[in-house]
Amino acid sequence: MLDTMLSRPQSLFDQLDAMQRLLSRSLGAEAVPGGIRSVAYGAFPEINVGRTPTNVEVFAFAPGIDASSLDVTIERNVLKISGMRASAIPARDAKVQLYANERPEGRFSRAVSLPDDVDPLKVEAKYRDGILRISIALSAAAQPQRIAVK
Amino acid sequence: MADRNELTNSKPAESNQRPVSPAVDIFEDAGGITLLADMPGVSKERLDVKLDGDNLSVEGRVELDAPAEMRALWAEVNVPRFRRTFTLSRELDAGRIEANLKDGVLTLRVPKLAHAQPRRIEVTAA
Repeated sequence: MLDTMLSRPQSLFDQLDAMQRLLSRSLGAEAVPGGIRSVAYGAFPEINVGRTPTNVEVFAFAPGIDASSLDVTIERNVLKISGMRASAIPARDAKVQLYANERPEGRFSRAVSLPDDVDPLKVEAKYRDGILRISIALSAAAQPQRIAVK
Repeated sequence: MADRNELTNSKPAESNQRPVSPAVDIFEDAGGITLLADMPGVSKERLDVKLDGDNLSVEGRVELDAPAEMRALWAEVNVPRFRRTFTLSRELDAGRIEANLKDGVLTLRVPKLAHAQPRRIEVTAA
């Protein structure tokens, strides 16, 4: 699996390195350098990234957030998602008994490196059912083109 | 990578794939118990809240409206199904459970039976 991931063109996401490091650690190969932006598994929000012929699609699994509190920026090909998730638990007092508190709360922020061939000016972000979807168009030069034969 | 593509293509999950347990907050106040569960990507149509005897189960299927030709580059979420089961206790009024789903968070309110509401017990000096 590691081989197929590494052979993907444009797989420059630092999180790949996190997995690679995890694998290499278990294999004892500490020499593999890790991406400077890779984070430990289980960070909030969790992120999936996909690629189509025309776009890079980023899905952030961030349920229960007021869309107006989400802040999405792209600077020098680094996509940053930050925001605030309010706690649902009422103020602790003698009348409230807390049994489980597994849901992350408070301020969060995550950053991912994008491939080099995206166009940072063509971005769309939508929030639906707790998933933030960010579509970034590939630059014109990176999109498939039909060449007319004369 | 095959199972990752499955999620991004929103194909039906294999039935043998184990669902993931959603993160929950559970707290109790005088009137009952409130449960919140993180189920991002689950819409109302794909959510199932079932009560079987004392067992309350919540189940939801994740839907990503991803283009069919998309291939995964990186996936931290690759289980397209959430499921978790809770056992209710007797003093709860299972017939009056309220469920609300908003922005991928399910909120369940399980009220207590009227006779189970807290009352103060007078301590008398002997």
